[in-house]
Amino acid sequence: MSHTVDLHTPEDKDIHIERKFVPKPLDIDREVSWAKINKDVLRSLERPRPMFWVIFVAALALFSFGVYCEIYQYQNGMGAADLNNPQVWGLYIATFIFWIGMGHSGTLLSALLHIIHADWRKPIYRYSEAMTTFSLLTAALFVLIHLGRIWEFYYVVAYPNERWVWPNFSSPLVWDATAIGTYLTSSLLFLYTGMVPDLAICRDNARGVRKKLYTFLSMGWQGTDRQWANFRVTYMTLACLLMPLAVSVHSIVSTDFAVSQNPGWHITSFPPYFVLGALYSGCAVIITLFIVLRYVFRFEEYMTMPILNKLIKMTFAIAMVWNYLNLIEYATVWYGDNEVAKAQFIYKITGTYAPVFWGMVLCSTVLPFALLIKFVRTHMPTLLVVSLLLNLGMWLERVQIITPTFAHSQYPWTWTANWFPSWVQWGIVAGSFGWFTMLFMLYCKIFPAISMYEVKEMVHDQSKMLKARGQ
Amino acid sequence: MSLSNLIKNWSTLRVKRPYEDQYKDKDYKWAMVIDLDTCTGCNACTTACYAENNLPVVGKEFFGKGQAMHWIRIERYWGENEEMEGKFPDRGAQFLPMLCQQCEAAPCEVVCPVGATHHTPDGLNSQVYNRCVGSRYCSANCPYKVRYFNWWQYPERAWPNPLEQQLNPDVTVRSKGVMEKCTFCVQRLTEAKNRARTEGRRVADGEVTTACAQACPTSAITFGNLADDKSEVARIWARQKVDLAKDKQDKEEDLRGYRIFEDLRTYPSIVYMERVRNFEA
Repeated sequence: MSHTVDLHTPEDKDIHIERKFVPKPLDIDREVSWAKINKDVLRSLERPRPMFWVIFVAALALFSFGVYCEIYQYQNGMGAADLNNPQVWGLYIATFIFWIGMGHSGTLLSALLHIIHADWRKPIYRYSEAMTTFSLLTAALFVLIHLGRIWEFYYVVAYPNERWVWPNFSSPLVWDATAIGTYLTSSLLFLYTGMVPDLAICRDNARGVRKKLYTFLSMGWQGTDRQWANFRVTYMTLACLLMPLAVSVHSIVSTDFAVSQNPGWHITSFPPYFVLGALYSGCAVIITLFIVLRYVFRFEEYMTMPILNKLIKMTFAIAMVWNYLNLIEYATVWYGDNEVAKAQFIYKITGTYAPVFWGMVLCSTVLPFALLIKFVRTHMPTLLVVSLLLNLGMWLERVQIITPTFAHSQYPWTWTANWFPSWVQWGIVAGSFGWFTMLFMLYCKIFPAISMYEVKEMVHDQSKMLKARGQ
Repeated sequence: MSLSNLIKNWSTLRVKRPYEDQYKDKDYKWAMVIDLDTCTGCNACTTACYAENNLPVVGKEFFGKGQAMHWIRIERYWGENEEMEGKFPDRGAQFLPMLCQQCEAAPCEVVCPVGATHHTPDGLNSQVYNRCVGSRYCSANCPYKVRYFNWWQYPERAWPNPLEQQLNPDVTVRSKGVMEKCTFCVQRLTEAKNRARTEGRRVADGEVTTACAQACPTSAITFGNLADDKSEVARIWARQKVDLAKDKQDKEEDLRGYRIFEDLRTYPSIVYMERVRNFEA
């Protein structure tokens, strides 16, 4: 009769209780008082470690050089970048995809993890969302930079004009411009909305010009019940709106390639592949910035090791999915019937630009396995280097999508073997990194990089949970 | 294009593949035949094109960088005969003049964000310099790579004073940052069409031709109106059994006519005639 098994044997119960009392590392110390959170985060607006200024000045220098290169290119023409007939896009579009991609993880952390109530995101989502916004701004710059006639960029935007001339709506570049514009607007709005309660705290503690700024930006936030209720609804709505946008933007960017006829681009799996690649590079950057901010602003108590560990786990999982999609792409080309695409693939892994491909394999496919080692996860300098290398790998990935396809597309006459970007191109790419870092550092200095009210919520929820368990 | 027009006629604005004989209802469909057997690779067509269409001579340095502006280029191909390895083959290289194929379903037209390149009713793939913002997507998507971008401010370099006096006044001089390509000498076509219209007739065969066809010493290039059944071009197309609206021709053994990359479904307007080679010798 008894084919059902009683799972709750006395022994099992004992084990269960035993497990319950194994102390787990908490995401954040339960003893942190709310006043201390305010004090610590507000301190980051005042006096960071000297390293802040080192990073800021270095970024400013890079940015200035980038501006110089752009002026040079503007005055002389795109030829200054050594682009030529098959290599029409060069590093500009590759770096453009890189920056667009970086934006995605910020939204993943702030919107998706908010919707599914993953609380560990709370201390780190604010700067990730800021990263999203600034990397989108940087990407938008590249859309402009790569144009031959940058002064006519507004032709791409659908705006009413007296002659009723519209952009070509069947062009993926128009989809791009629209998608990026939408995403940039909504993530800026999302970042700002989430900041309002914190801006009010800043307002209450600031003096002088800053006080005026925060007063204006906090829009009369008083922290009343009614305001909180409205705030929650708005924030959740925006999060729900942002999630599909995040997926759509990089899918649309991928159609720039998937819609075209070129071998190596004309691949159906490109949209998910791009989205995953985007999340991957974004997570790697979040780890980098985590380490930098933790050190520069003395955030050790909030950006804790358990949180970092969760972040690394997520990165690793995303890296594996990305690898899988990568393999799918190669397998479809390899077993497919398209001789041109196959030749292009062979060229990609053995031709002139093979070092780029293998560099990507090394940095983005092999290196993530280092995250399995505990030492790498816990030793900050090592982890910083690893995360930077992951980023490098993802940048190389974008280059190996663009460059070999141009160098070895359908028409044999245009096969090139010796194309190399000029100093102007490198300068502008480097300048974009300077521009991003500069904006990001300025942001963290002017606005609270950690969400104070959500960390308070987190501490509160944790101690409530622990109390319920009788600890 | 007004907004209501855009919404109403959206489907007609899309680039479509040509359907059978659709071009025969029209007055004009410009097309070309290039006979590779008679082509000697002398580059006269390229030179004529430079003179006719105000193409800048970019100089050795920029040419080496791949920034040249030759709308029509002579490509050399060497036979893949193992016995000839390391030696020049007896009959030399095979030449192929490559210019814009004026595709009926052009990959460049769909992707231009501002609609600077589009299809004209007489079957040309036109380029509007004023509208071009220089995103170079058209060039990226062109399988023949026959679109040329103004990488530098070429006019001042190519035609220093008083050389600008020799420019063709019928053709725009392009500034830096715009894309350009073979137009089938659209300025000549427009003039001929206008003249014919005032006289109330259709442009006769041989009345107008492109600069390259005009300059070719061996008459390897034939240009004409495919919509006119009696034109030379239409007759060669018919003789070679090349159908504009097909992406795969029912080719017979002894026919030499073919179009490049037909399987990409670009429906090019140029038929190439294979070179005849005697492999026994």
